[in-house]
Amino acid sequence: MIKESSNDKTKSNYVFVDIEKKEIEKILKRYPKTRAESAVLPLLHLIQKKVGGWLPVPELERAADILKMPYMRVFEIASFYTMFNLKPIGKNLLQLCQTTPCWLRGSDDIKKCIKEKLKINNGETTKDGLFTFLEVECLGACVNAPILQVNDDYYEDLDYNSTKIILNKLENNNSLKSGSFLGRKSSEPKKNSVKN
Amino acid sequence: MIKLMINEIEVEIPEGVTVLQACEIAGVEIPRFCYHERLSVAGNCRMCLVEMENSPKPIASCAMPASSGMIIKTNTELVEKARKGVMEFLLINHPLDCPICDQGGECDLQDQAMFFGKGFSRFEDLKRAVPDKNMGPLIKTTMTRCIHCTRCVRFANEVAGVDNLGAVGRGENVEISTYLEKTISSELSGNLVDLCPVGALTSKPYAFAARPWELEKTETIDALDSTGSNIRIDSRDGKVLRVLPRLNEYINEEWISDKTRFGIDGLSKQRLDNPLLRVNGKLKSTSWENAFNFIKHNINGLSSKQFGAVIGDQVDTETIYSLKKMFEKIGSDKISLSQYDHKFFKGNRSNYLFNSTIAGIDKTDVILLVGSNPKIVAPIVNARIRRNYLQRDIEIASIGSYKNNLTYDYKYLGSNINILNDLLNGSNNFIETLQNSDFPMIIIGDEVFDLDESENVQFMCIELLKKLNAFRSDWNGYNILNNTASIVGSLDILNEYTGITHNQILDQCKENKLKFLYLLGVDEVDYDYLDAFIVYQGHHGDKGAHKANVILPGSAYTEKSGIFLNLEGRLQICERAVFPPGNSREDWAIIRALSEVIGKKINFDTLEELRKKMFDEYPKIQSFKQESFNPIPKKGVLKNCSSYNLLSFKKNFYMTCPITRCSNTMAECSKFA
Repeated sequence: MIKESSNDKTKSNYVFVDIEKKEIEKILKRYPKTRAESAVLPLLHLIQKKVGGWLPVPELERAADILKMPYMRVFEIASFYTMFNLKPIGKNLLQLCQTTPCWLRGSDDIKKCIKEKLKINNGETTKDGLFTFLEVECLGACVNAPILQVNDDYYEDLDYNSTKIILNKLENNNSLKSGSFLGRKSSEPKKNSVKN
Repeated sequence: MIKLMINEIEVEIPEGVTVLQACEIAGVEIPRFCYHERLSVAGNCRMCLVEMENSPKPIASCAMPASSGMIIKTNTELVEKARKGVMEFLLINHPLDCPICDQGGECDLQDQAMFFGKGFSRFEDLKRAVPDKNMGPLIKTTMTRCIHCTRCVRFANEVAGVDNLGAVGRGENVEISTYLEKTISSELSGNLVDLCPVGALTSKPYAFAARPWELEKTETIDALDSTGSNIRIDSRDGKVLRVLPRLNEYINEEWISDKTRFGIDGLSKQRLDNPLLRVNGKLKSTSWENAFNFIKHNINGLSSKQFGAVIGDQVDTETIYSLKKMFEKIGSDKISLSQYDHKFFKGNRSNYLFNSTIAGIDKTDVILLVGSNPKIVAPIVNARIRRNYLQRDIEIASIGSYKNNLTYDYKYLGSNINILNDLLNGSNNFIETLQNSDFPMIIIGDEVFDLDESENVQFMCIELLKKLNAFRSDWNGYNILNNTASIVGSLDILNEYTGITHNQILDQCKENKLKFLYLLGVDEVDYDYLDAFIVYQGHHGDKGAHKANVILPGSAYTEKSGIFLNLEGRLQICERAVFPPGNSREDWAIIRALSEVIGKKINFDTLEELRKKMFDEYPKIQSFKQESFNPIPKKGVLKNCSSYNLLSFKKNFYMTCPITRCSNTMAECSKFA
């Protein structure tokens, strides 16, 4: 992980993404001045969004400079959370929950579908740059397990076939409704739901 | 004081300690990996679990504050089971490669596995492997062995003041690494090797050199800088293999600098091991007798005023005393205190000492650095300043050639010495901070010593401290940060006696007034252009030996018993760890023998006799904790410092003496510095 990120573009020929000062100040304002480090997570999220889903090393250093933190502290934080990506990702970031409830409800099938269809393993990106697959821990939606998160949206109550449909639609850029694939409204009991 | 029960014995402990410390006071040993007395508490290894009554689970004793009425048990079945469980988890990913691990024999994990290890493994999956990291020329890494105690990370952050070490990743994938795998740039990085409880961080220069049980251990002190760190030298077959710190709360606590620890490989290179004579421009090896007779022959007919001598950087006090005795007999007072042109006031001893003492830094509240860079000159002192900066938030300001990185924030007042005038007449606003301080400290360093106005600057600082009432029975805020091991001894013995400075020696040699020059381990100055008859006594073939007509091989600080006075004026005796090579002799004995041959015999025959005579003549060198705190400068005229910028002395921390200049390790370090 460390080697991979250090191989990124060096600071000298890297062009910083454009972030308005106002946006940064808005985040910093939320925390006391003496505890500016607290703003590190929202700031990294903001930068990651602007860059396109990942955090290049020079951007990490920029965040550290803004917050007057040592580079290593920011790097430790960015490497700790699975929400931050330290290498470039595809257009669609597939995050599959691997924790017990999802696993019991069949997350292995979803994994199988992704591997068969996209031919990528955990942490890899497809050659066309459309998909990146990550196995993650609990996404906090166990009631609708199993869960697949695609970029910012949750797709719930999945199985092998429904995953295939989702991947196809994403590949062809078709519109896709997020939420329960069984049509459940939030986490209502399953027997009331209508299959779509 | 609070009372609590440990293993059914009532113990009384001071408030504010942890359960682990309480157990320690009670004499109960608690196994631990991540806990270290001098670092913050992490509580992540879980090895120190103990049972506490009314707690459903065992508690981590290192992180639990002890409180009144606690009932702690460390010898129950639950504790035993918990520790065994923790050990089993720690060993899951540990490679168990003890036979090829340098930590073997002095490894915390190895020792504790003997008590709590299962003896067999129930783990059937593959162990994880971690790529090794590059941490520079001093630290060898085998990161698969790491158990993530984070002692190294905490040391780097808290003590060394380098923030590029950290734990990257999460859970099973955690790796300890430097930021983007750059080297650790700290003068204290060698201590990471001591801190690591397993064999993940080991010493690179000492790799595969020896096993701890084969080594002969000598408790001694270090002479490579002026701090006088307490060390233990480990040697085998007459060769110094490694240096480890020895606990001394008043000086180095339990750290030593990288120079102290790793400079020793220079001890076996470029050594002078036989007396040498220069005949027709070429050096010829000879016997001691011939060498002495050659000197005797060449000084025939010289008048006493034509004799001069210079004291080097690592000369023990006994040798300085012997040389002074010989020169007394000869009738010359032309001995230079050092090879630099540093000027200190004569008279009171506190004119040239670190009077507040190193431990006194724990008491001070404001420090003013005047032309000094403690990070380079005395990293151990600097680490203590940093600790107080972090824990007690002391104010620090500096007047110096430029703003150095000192591992702590400080107010940079500028580079001009007339800032001292401003402070004295109150026009610089830092004076308010100084006036509000109960224990102000001024530390004067290298950049001042070389100035023409050096004495004036020192005098201004004394005046300033007088104004701040910093000379009291309980505090002396005047501190000189000397940079060599021998300078305080040299000042103690020669300051009243000598009538010459080093520059004057060079001038008189050029004017042919000095015809005989005795160099005692002098290696920083070029004497190539001088015509005088030069005798060099020392241990390395460096600059001093270059021009010498006669070379007398002496011994290095690891090869003799000798007294060194550290920058505080603290008397410490270094002991012989190994014998000097070849025909080399102890330095005081060489001078004693030479004095007899040239007919100026000095009157002692053993080291004990010498020491007794020296202590009788100079009782002050035994009087650490001065009887009089108030330094009285000889010149009493206060002149304003003229407008003069301090010049930088860009010094290489790693190579400051012939020993370290010969060291491959130090050469590697200088490349990265």
